[in-house]
Amino acid sequence: MTEPTVYQLSSPGRHGPTLPALDVPLAPLPDAQFLRAADALPLPELSELDVVRHFVRLSQKNMSIDTTFYPLGSCTMKYNPKINEKVAGLSGFTNLHPLQDADMTQGAMQVLLELQVYLAEISGFAAITLQPAAGAQGELTGVLIMRAYHLDRGDVKRTKILVPDSAHGTNPATTTMAGLQVVELPSDSRGNVDLVALKTALDDTVAGLMLTNPNTLGLFEEHVLDVTRLVHEAGGLVYGDGANLNAIIGIAKPAELGIDVMHFNLHKTFSTPHGGGGPGAGPVGVVEKLAPFLPGPLVTVEMDEEMAGLLAAGHEHALHEHDHYRLAWYTPSKSIGRVRSYWGQFGVLVRAYTYIRMHGAEGLRRIAENAVLNANYIKARLLAEGSYPVAFAGRTCMHEFVAQGILAGAPDIHTMDIAKRLMDYGYHPPTVYFPLIVKEALMIEPTETESKATLDAFADALIQIAQEAREQPALLKEAPHAAETKRLDEVRAARELILCRC
Amino acid sequence: MSYQYDPNARYAKTHDWVRMEEGLAVCGISDYAQHALSDVVYIELPEIGAELIQGEVYTTVESVKAAEEVYAPVSGKVVDVNPDLADTPEQLNSEPYAAWIIKVAPSNPEELDALMLADAYEAFVQAEEAGGH
Repeated sequence: MTEPTVYQLSSPGRHGPTLPALDVPLAPLPDAQFLRAADALPLPELSELDVVRHFVRLSQKNMSIDTTFYPLGSCTMKYNPKINEKVAGLSGFTNLHPLQDADMTQGAMQVLLELQVYLAEISGFAAITLQPAAGAQGELTGVLIMRAYHLDRGDVKRTKILVPDSAHGTNPATTTMAGLQVVELPSDSRGNVDLVALKTALDDTVAGLMLTNPNTLGLFEEHVLDVTRLVHEAGGLVYGDGANLNAIIGIAKPAELGIDVMHFNLHKTFSTPHGGGGPGAGPVGVVEKLAPFLPGPLVTVEMDEEMAGLLAAGHEHALHEHDHYRLAWYTPSKSIGRVRSYWGQFGVLVRAYTYIRMHGAEGLRRIAENAVLNANYIKARLLAEGSYPVAFAGRTCMHEFVAQGILAGAPDIHTMDIAKRLMDYGYHPPTVYFPLIVKEALMIEPTETESKATLDAFADALIQIAQEAREQPALLKEAPHAAETKRLDEVRAARELILCRC
Repeated sequence: MSYQYDPNARYAKTHDWVRMEEGLAVCGISDYAQHALSDVVYIELPEIGAELIQGEVYTTVESVKAAEEVYAPVSGKVVDVNPDLADTPEQLNSEPYAAWIIKVAPSNPEELDALMLADAYEAFVQAEEAGGH
């Protein structure tokens, strides 16, 4: 890196703001035995401007959705509208403390209640928990609910979870963490779950199936109703991986496809930040029979008889008359227990709420329509040009598709070389080598927030790179040339781990 | 693409090889498998004494591209693991048929008869390449 660390920038005696002289007496320091040695914690010494410039320079070296088209497949790197930040930063939200009494936080609880209601409407589920702190934790929550459901019925034989071979790696990881056993299901020749293999695998030891629809190949499960029916007939439950909800939001409700429990990735579908490891939020929706197992606390409405009567008569606007009801926390009767401290990732939930309110029902449907259109547009441009094979090219893709870095006339070029070269064109590379069942996978998800001009420029870059691969392969092998760091030795980095400098 | 095959080994569809040596089933991953994985950076070695069932996962191998499961080509008890692989997992790339992972005391040696001989496995790999997504 060309940017020095704050320690390298440090200059003895340099400092930030100068504080005024104290107007109270100086207190003596404690005994020397309680003091650290003066050099025990060598903090850097810099001016405020040094620090600002250092961190602004670092931020500019990063690729982000605010600077760059970011077609990272399966990650839904859509634009995060700034109004989300504006609303989440309102003082009524930011000045709350999670330990305040519920009577003092009715407004914040109203936001959570409405978000529960919106997510239930979008997905078709009967109940929602906003507690899980990320999609992966939502998955674990969902599978633990499935497990608890079977155990509650005294059905202790169900220890297996079926996972298609196109699944995200979190699915088998979740299954294992929940103490259950993974059984992998193959895909058929059209990229769907293989129904014959499914029937063979189903018996009274199967707790359920984990299904991603559309799947990681960007394909809608053509037999999804058969898949969910077969699992249900065998006494199992269907877990829905909500990672790809962006493709079907406002068009298909997962619960109506036969899914019993699903997590939402708010950072994908609902434009909350893709933090570097956090903060995340992975609400979970369930059908009626699983609602008693949800982790709490959830927000519920306590109301008087008059209010209940108004609601029963269809006067939902009465909910805005705060005098007649009160919001309260509650935990369902057979809850699997808490999965996170306090009330969930509140700031992230406010952002998702804002996004839903900004779009409305019609707008949410247009998200899916445009996400699918944009993916199919890039796919069609690549197929028309002919350099890149596309897995299951004959099928209409959903919000993403999987191209392959297998270029005629360039046998030594691999997907990784193409991905690195894309950085020279100013793009964040697509997801590479996933899903595992596609060779040299290059998984492209443009999202709905990109213009046709951006999609065209990106397709042009890929086509140009294919030509470079044939004519100047070294250009790809040594890429990136324009990035902050050149090609990193990933093998050495993984084999010779240096995880700390202590 | 052409790959190496060990004529003395038998092969599972999961690209694992097994070779009988002094009554023990020596197991590893094929040249095709290591090519598909690319540079291996880590292998989790199973414990000696672990009971394996043919076709079930017994360990995980990690490359710069992916973490993949490794399936037991034969049932039985693990009696030895290759300690060299802990420090130099790249042997799986450079010498896939010398870099054995485990030695198993097979509980049912007849299971090997159902596995492919080298020429059948080569045809299987070629078909998989041709059909390839």
